[in-house]
Amino acid sequence: MVGIKSYGAHIPRFRLDRNVMQLALLFLGFAPLRGEKAVANWDEDSITMAVAAAVDCLIDENKDRVDGMYFASTSQTYALRQNAGIVAAALDLKTDTRTADFTDSTKSGTAALLAAADAIAAGSLNSCLVSAADCRVSKVGSNGDYTYGDGAAAFLLSKENVIANIEGAFSTTHDFVDRRRLEGERTEHMWEERFIRDAGYMKFIPEAVKGLVDKYKLNIKDFSKVIYACSFAGTHSALARTMGLAPEQVQDPMLNNVGETGVAQSLMMLTAALEDAKPGDKIMVVSFGQGCDAFYLTVTDNITKMKGKKGIKGNLANKAALGSYEKYLAFRKLMPSEIGIRGEETLYTSFSIVSRDNREIYGMVGTKCKKCGTPAWPAQRICPNPDCGAVDQIEPYRFADKKANIFTYTSDFLAPSIDPPSSYGFIDFVGGGRTGVDFTDCDANSLKVGMPVELSFRIKFTDEKRAAVNYGWKGIPIVS
Amino acid sequence: MAEGIKDKVAIIGMGCTKFGERFDAGPQDLIVEAFIECLEDAGLEKKDIQAAWWGVHMPDISVGRGATILGHTLKLPFIPITRVENFCATGSEALRGAVYAVASGAYDICLALGMEKLKDTGYGGLPVAGMLGYKMPLVNFNLSAPGGFAMLATKYFSQYNLNPQEGKMMLARVSAKSHRNGMLSPKAHLRREITVEQIMNAPIIAWPLGLFDCCGVSDGAAAAIVCRADMAKKFRKDPIFVKSLQIAVSSGEEMLYTKWDGSHVEPAYRAGIAAYKEAGIKNPREEVSMAEVHDCFSITEAVTMEDLQFSPRGRVKEDIEAGRFNLDGAQPIQPDGGLKCFGHPIGASGLRMMYEMYKQLQGKADKRQLKDPKIGLTHNMGGFPSMNIVSVCIVGK
Repeated sequence: MVGIKSYGAHIPRFRLDRNVMQLALLFLGFAPLRGEKAVANWDEDSITMAVAAAVDCLIDENKDRVDGMYFASTSQTYALRQNAGIVAAALDLKTDTRTADFTDSTKSGTAALLAAADAIAAGSLNSCLVSAADCRVSKVGSNGDYTYGDGAAAFLLSKENVIANIEGAFSTTHDFVDRRRLEGERTEHMWEERFIRDAGYMKFIPEAVKGLVDKYKLNIKDFSKVIYACSFAGTHSALARTMGLAPEQVQDPMLNNVGETGVAQSLMMLTAALEDAKPGDKIMVVSFGQGCDAFYLTVTDNITKMKGKKGIKGNLANKAALGSYEKYLAFRKLMPSEIGIRGEETLYTSFSIVSRDNREIYGMVGTKCKKCGTPAWPAQRICPNPDCGAVDQIEPYRFADKKANIFTYTSDFLAPSIDPPSSYGFIDFVGGGRTGVDFTDCDANSLKVGMPVELSFRIKFTDEKRAAVNYGWKGIPIVS
Repeated sequence: MAEGIKDKVAIIGMGCTKFGERFDAGPQDLIVEAFIECLEDAGLEKKDIQAAWWGVHMPDISVGRGATILGHTLKLPFIPITRVENFCATGSEALRGAVYAVASGAYDICLALGMEKLKDTGYGGLPVAGMLGYKMPLVNFNLSAPGGFAMLATKYFSQYNLNPQEGKMMLARVSAKSHRNGMLSPKAHLRREITVEQIMNAPIIAWPLGLFDCCGVSDGAAAAIVCRADMAKKFRKDPIFVKSLQIAVSSGEEMLYTKWDGSHVEPAYRAGIAAYKEAGIKNPREEVSMAEVHDCFSITEAVTMEDLQFSPRGRVKEDIEAGRFNLDGAQPIQPDGGLKCFGHPIGASGLRMMYEMYKQLQGKADKRQLKDPKIGLTHNMGGFPSMNIVSVCIVGK
């Protein structure tokens, strides 16, 4: 039976306190929610978050067996150029991998997961990675502005050694217009909240649950967790009562500590549920978009072997306050902010370089000398070891998944940055090789020589003239 | 068997503009200003110049690429002119072209002229966007010049167990010394004494470097006319002779391999060894009377003292504290105030350094005049500590 072999998640490190938002936005009305929401760093988007969740998911997995990669988002970076292709390149998946983007509805995350499961069941894929991420921007002071958070969840689906079997699914489609956005628009439009609550969530989620229960002759009382997407905290609670769920059966929608994460919400909740699951547990998942996807899983004995994931727990524990709503606006480029005349200098994006050196730039694959074993990134045809110097005795060597330590660093107020100072340094990789990287998700004052660093796929710079978001690997210093 | 260039070439004329934020002057004004002083100092006519080397690092800001602008601006009569560029060592590269051309026997008299017009960018610091090509921004860090050198300071402090206070104090003394000298230089950009306390308390530019750890950003030009050593005294009684002019360039080992300690500049050490060998200098600490080194940042000067073997490895702090490099010390460094006070119009800096050595050796350095210097050295560095070009030139009477 097809199931989930591994899971992963990503929640951005910054959290924005809704009280801080309220202070800035009081003139527009009251906040619909309390607590905080997770907001992407300026160098994150749905692609980078999908990569981060996938990296977490692929820990200890054999990447060579992966032959499918489905990316889901309603805030995908490119409208033309496959976003899943960028995720696959960052993960350095094999080129004979099937990739697809699932977009436009918040139920696209579950659509991607079910499509992957079906492809594996049909025998056309062996092992498919699904990563769902959303990083949406909303009109200032809107319901979405307060409610939405940024996050990602990833799953590796397979027939073998699964931690949870996908037992069955039931889907509905209704051209129900709660939210919409036309091509070219940056922020969405939302219809009346009461309509979305009463004619949407309260109607379609019970309908999907009933459909699944009836189809597979299930009893809702047998589920240890029932997961259903919802952006309103009150409605989420009301649904539990309506469907007769006991409090312990209801999976926390994380609205008060992460926010509603679009395509990722129900899947992040599934990751959280799996983190606490025991063998034999039954879990139901219901997404919400223009209709719902509902499916259920049975947890296997393999769940006890899962370890070393950041998952939801690890990501929730790693947080820092963003501090101000204005900083959020600057990060999302919702407000023009001064980065100096130096910041107006043009960096040119050459797509022939991006294509030719794709594995090097996106996959952080360099070279390793076959003669003396010296690794090098960027790739070198001539070995940089002065005692070797072998020519073309090289094999591909991926750096992105290697541990490293800070060799030296600085925090630079002159280099243009949306979030100065720009911290960067040289890092020495465990196993050899040295390179310069930008640091991200770090406090400048915490940097030290020798500090461990892990690598993270991030936006390097955007080149609006050439419709280019340029990505690469940066270092995240780990504070012990 | 290569013979080298020792004592084959003499400098017989030099010129240097006032350095600074020359909002009053365009790039061609600066070229003319340096050239006319140089020509008059040499006592030559324009027609005597047989070939020229022209240095400008960022011509896209000022005059465009190629060598034509020098011919056009100075109305040089169809002579060979070559434009050279080698990062911040561009000025020394222009001089090297002229000196080696004369040493080769191809010409009797050549011109080297370097200029940079930086203050038409609209911002402080050097433009670095695109300087390493289209690919590097896709794979490298978002670096600035101070950041590149700040990493040298971070590593130096770490390697030699200096806490930030101790390290920054060492560097503050370097800058304070240069500011004292710069006050005595009429052509310098920054001519104000700055106390160690002011330097320590200045805003951070790139940790651990503060504002006064960074050199100024200026416009300027400088020029030299060189000729065959055996004909030099026909033009003036006090020509200066080139003892050696060497450069060394990074091999990639520093940035890609893990052996480099990150707290010194390997090409500086290598260029120093090559220059001392050619000039016949056995003990640089004792034999080099004075030097103008590439103090783009205070840490660069400190580390250079060790790379050029003026101070033992890891012990420059003791020499700085003892005042060894002050104007009245045993081995004055930056007698004119250095890049710190002149600023760094890139194409001009290497020649500006030589201008001070030339004037000092001729006894014409006015209030900065050192007592009977015998050997002067210029050290001009381009790039970043991890990847660079270093030029070392030694001159004497």
